[in-house]
Amino acid sequence: MASLGRLFRLALGAWALVLLVALAAPAQAQQPSSVNPTASSVKEQQLLQELNRIQGRVSIPDARSGVLEQPQGRDWRYFRDVTLRWIGGIVILGMLAMLIVFYLARGMVKIEGGRSGRTVVRFNGFERTIHWMTATCFIILAISGLNITFGRPLLLPLIGLEAFSDWSQWAKYAHNYLSFPFTIGVIVIFLMWIGGNIPNKVDVDWIKRGGGLVGDDHPPAYRFNAGQKFMYWVVVLGGGAVAATGYLLMFPFYASGIEGMQIASVIHSVVAVLFVAAMIAHIYIGTIGMEGAFEAMGSGTVDVNWAKEHHSLWLEQQKAREAAADARSAAASPAE
Amino acid sequence: MARLKFLCDADRCIECNACVTACKNEHEVPWGINRRRVVTINDGKPGERSISMACMHCTDAPCAAVCPVNCFYTTADAVVLHSKDLCIGCGYCFYACPFGAPQYPKVGNFGSRGKMDKCTFCAGGPEADGSKAEYEKYGANRLAEGKLPLCAEMCSTKSLLAGDGEIIAQIYKERVTKRGYGSGAWGWKTAYREGIDT
Repeated sequence: MASLGRLFRLALGAWALVLLVALAAPAQAQQPSSVNPTASSVKEQQLLQELNRIQGRVSIPDARSGVLEQPQGRDWRYFRDVTLRWIGGIVILGMLAMLIVFYLARGMVKIEGGRSGRTVVRFNGFERTIHWMTATCFIILAISGLNITFGRPLLLPLIGLEAFSDWSQWAKYAHNYLSFPFTIGVIVIFLMWIGGNIPNKVDVDWIKRGGGLVGDDHPPAYRFNAGQKFMYWVVVLGGGAVAATGYLLMFPFYASGIEGMQIASVIHSVVAVLFVAAMIAHIYIGTIGMEGAFEAMGSGTVDVNWAKEHHSLWLEQQKAREAAADARSAAASPAE
Repeated sequence: MARLKFLCDADRCIECNACVTACKNEHEVPWGINRRRVVTINDGKPGERSISMACMHCTDAPCAAVCPVNCFYTTADAVVLHSKDLCIGCGYCFYACPFGAPQYPKVGNFGSRGKMDKCTFCAGGPEADGSKAEYEKYGANRLAEGKLPLCAEMCSTKSLLAGDGEIIAQIYKERVTKRGYGSGAWGWKTAYREGIDT
């Protein structure tokens, strides 16, 4: 009897267990359908809206490739393909057009007093070497740089894909390697001419009187007039800016990520096209724009009458210095 | 013609990096270059996701638009390829690419860039299909052999899909319907200007 009772209790217990499991089962079965793993997960659109880039971790050694998505490249693309071409086209063609109109209207600025036949040293050999080294580098850098922006629409259709690629490859090498002597040139120019290029009161008067370009006035100037000082600072500041941003692009990821390089590329190209426009004006005034100007950087000497008209205060300083030197040498070598 | 695309089902990716390894091996990609990588977002936190990413072969590809020497071309299957003979290694495609796909071997001094390398959707380059020259420059041309990209073929969880955009979108939609969730096709809005409605 006792064993029958035990068997009954066991059966009851088993039944209860089965009932419990059966009751619990639907609750378990329902659970997965209510779980949505993506509800708590990171979402692409949300990440993009927050930061405009998606970054994570990668297990390969190239940690930079942890940036998954960065759609701001679109802005850079628009700048490169549209904005820059407009800016570059307007400033460079605009400058050329202005100079042509100016030349037709004004012609070459002549030495009013005619050539005196006597000359005075304006730039020594070292200054001229630095100038021409920087200038040569600049012209090659400018052409190879403009090729990157304007070559594909303008030159490529004329010479074909292969020839254009070969030329661009060499232009890129030239652009990269000549950046070094150019940068050295800019630094030396900064140091060797800083003395004469600090703006002062004479410049205000010079600008007010149109610098002698407008009208036939000859406002006084020291070694560098306000226009030349402007050009000096264009070279120093513009050259500094293109060099700094250029090296950021040339040495990828040394100092900046991809956004930094996009910004560097924008600054580099905008400053560069303005620089080119400014240098076109500089070349104009140094050659066909003004009589007697080229020889300052050519032979290093200028006509005294040219100096009198364009750099009167500098000529006086030079004369005073010469007189002082003569007096010294006279004192050093007593009368015969 | 098909419009070939990649789709990474982030809810399936387990960051095993088999796709990365398969790609490197199949194309004998040089040291330091990864055509494909797996990025893990919110690593170790709840809700982390891993996404396998390479060139997405964008519609109106930014790389092709900014290339100064016009070295990119798009195949009839909408795969974005480039010519290493024309490439000058300027790095512009890398500035424009939303996915960080272009890679440059460090060949010159100071880490200057060599000719660009990127995912070809296993479709080689401009050289004759399956030629030695093509293999050396761009890796295997599986598409010409009637095969799909090896990264997707090797995917251990079938997270990474490669093929006709409409077909892989359909597969993804069916998965989402069946399991009841999906975090969307990562990168599609950026690359193709259209997501997948699920």
